[in-house]
Amino acid sequence: MDSGLSPQDKKDLDKFIKFFALKTVQVIVQARLGEKICTRSSSSPTGSDWFNLAIKDIPEVTHEAKRALAGQLPGIGRSMCVEISLKTSEGDSMELETWCLEMNEKCDKDIKVSYTVYNRLSVLLKSLLAITRVTPAYKLSRKQGHDYVILYRIYFGEVQLSGLGEGFQTVRVGVVGTPVGTVTLSCAYRTNLAFMSNRQFERSAPIMGIIVDHFVDPPYSSHRPDGGAFVGVQDSQEVFFRYEFNLPVSPSSGDDDSLSHSGDGRRDEGRRSASPSDPVEALNAFTRKIGAFVNKPSTQVNHTSSLDLPFAAFAPRGLDSEENDPMVQPPDSPPCPSPLQASLHSQGSEGSGPQDDFVMVDFRPAFSKDDLLPMDLGTFYREFQNPPQLASLSLHISSQSMADDLDSLPEKLAVYEKNIDEFDAFVDMLQ
Amino acid sequence: MNCRSEVLEVTVEARQVEEAMLALLHTILLHRSTGKFHYKKEGTYSIGTVGTLDIDCDFIDFTFVRVSSEELDRVIRKAVSEFKDALSNSGSDGMGQISLEFYQKKKSRWPFSDECIPWEVWSIKVNVVNLANEQERQICREKVGEKLGEKVINVVEVINRHEYLPKMPTQSEVDNVFDTSLKDVQPYLYKITFQITDSLGTSVSTTMRRLIKDTLAL
Repeated sequence: MDSGLSPQDKKDLDKFIKFFALKTVQVIVQARLGEKICTRSSSSPTGSDWFNLAIKDIPEVTHEAKRALAGQLPGIGRSMCVEISLKTSEGDSMELETWCLEMNEKCDKDIKVSYTVYNRLSVLLKSLLAITRVTPAYKLSRKQGHDYVILYRIYFGEVQLSGLGEGFQTVRVGVVGTPVGTVTLSCAYRTNLAFMSNRQFERSAPIMGIIVDHFVDPPYSSHRPDGGAFVGVQDSQEVFFRYEFNLPVSPSSGDDDSLSHSGDGRRDEGRRSASPSDPVEALNAFTRKIGAFVNKPSTQVNHTSSLDLPFAAFAPRGLDSEENDPMVQPPDSPPCPSPLQASLHSQGSEGSGPQDDFVMVDFRPAFSKDDLLPMDLGTFYREFQNPPQLASLSLHISSQSMADDLDSLPEKLAVYEKNIDEFDAFVDMLQ
Repeated sequence: MNCRSEVLEVTVEARQVEEAMLALLHTILLHRSTGKFHYKKEGTYSIGTVGTLDIDCDFIDFTFVRVSSEELDRVIRKAVSEFKDALSNSGSDGMGQISLEFYQKKKSRWPFSDECIPWEVWSIKVNVVNLANEQERQICREKVGEKLGEKVINVVEVINRHEYLPKMPTQSEVDNVFDTSLKDVQPYLYKITFQITDSLGTSVSTTMRRLIKDTLAL
């Protein structure tokens, strides 16, 4: 009821509230742009600075606010809300805050519009300036750019706070009583930002490649038609190590080249298929963070022949063929050097070009003495690292014995049935 | 008329004292400053525009807003710097209090000097702690930032109660209400004083009264 309000006052009040709403939106959005705000004081009034405050008007923001208001004013049940949300570079978004400019029914009839209300609205805007730097979204907005951006949305009508998650907090910026109602400005902000920090890292693909044939037959088997090396348990070790060091397991079908070098029983883990197998492709497709001092990704990732090996760049170049590689085919040592060495050399043997000169050092286990004793730790390690498989553990023999057992079962059952009386007597004796 | 009194307490590290005090004092002054008044012939006046500036703290995870007035900033910094020096020289457990008092002048007849009647006093109690290692300092940065945020919300809450404010003065009275010495903004008349509590906490070992504006000298 504005019976006590003169038409001029009513007109002024409406104008004040309208421009207050527009300036409120400007302050909030500018506080979330990620930059420090700086405006100048001016002792000579220009007449265009509403509420005696130098607040810039960003045209798009004014346009959005006017569009949301659609000629109306915030009133009872009609609130103007500015929603601040965060959007990650992967497309996830999350509401951070909702600023609400509301009007309630409590009227202050005696207040002077053109003077007290105006000044109090000015103080309220100053409070808004201060509070916008205090809520958690401010710090987030100052750091926006690479991983996420801050967005705003202006709407008019019912306040919607459901997007702020559980446990959101509210801070009241202030109130100004007017003859037509009390203007209230408040902010509801999300406190549960844990979602964001988890999601941020979930979205980037796992660094470890998933080896799909972890529990399947190893690539090399003693019964391959081309007489490849018998590896057995070594293979499961191999698979394990490969998984651990993030090596892709390429299907054996493409590996005829490499097998030709391993005719004498040495495990040859060195050469892998030149054609990209599924795991390699999948790995390359993953987004990976590029570490410091690493060469540009294009030189590494796009090598179809390059393997996703850790420290691959450090492997020396120029080891074109494995035949000359003393580490892969040592003159007198037992079957295979450690998987790490082999994997490192496989990179080199592909002929792809890491640029570093990293010198490969002989394998010396920690704490071992010099090679004076007949059997030092290093030799021991090499010799016993890949022991041959126990006969009873080989699949073939065990399956054979299993098959034999199954075959002989009916015979045995027949014999037992014949002698059932004997068995019964034996059992009675025991009881 | 009663003077409104508000107390804020903060616990900070020695190097954070300056910025914490600046943050709070400037936040209060932001709300208690207007643009310069320009009186017109008919007794009405127009008000200048106040600009604002975001200030990032170096030792605290905090950003505060102050009025765009280098003159005012200089005055406040000087007072805070004196407070900080007094606090560190006291050598005691590092407790002190800085007060920002808004007052009105009431002219008295000669030979009595003008009365200063405070209408709002903000007291900021400071407790300085020493931290042992970098990790604690990092935590302190964030914690003090959060605390200052809470204090700013307190300040805003008090101010938005819209309790007593001096009446807008006529041109002849303006210097009794506002500090008109600055070129670009016009805060209410204020003074900043501080006290350092000695280690026993019993008496005030140093009390300094400073008048920022020297118009009371007769």
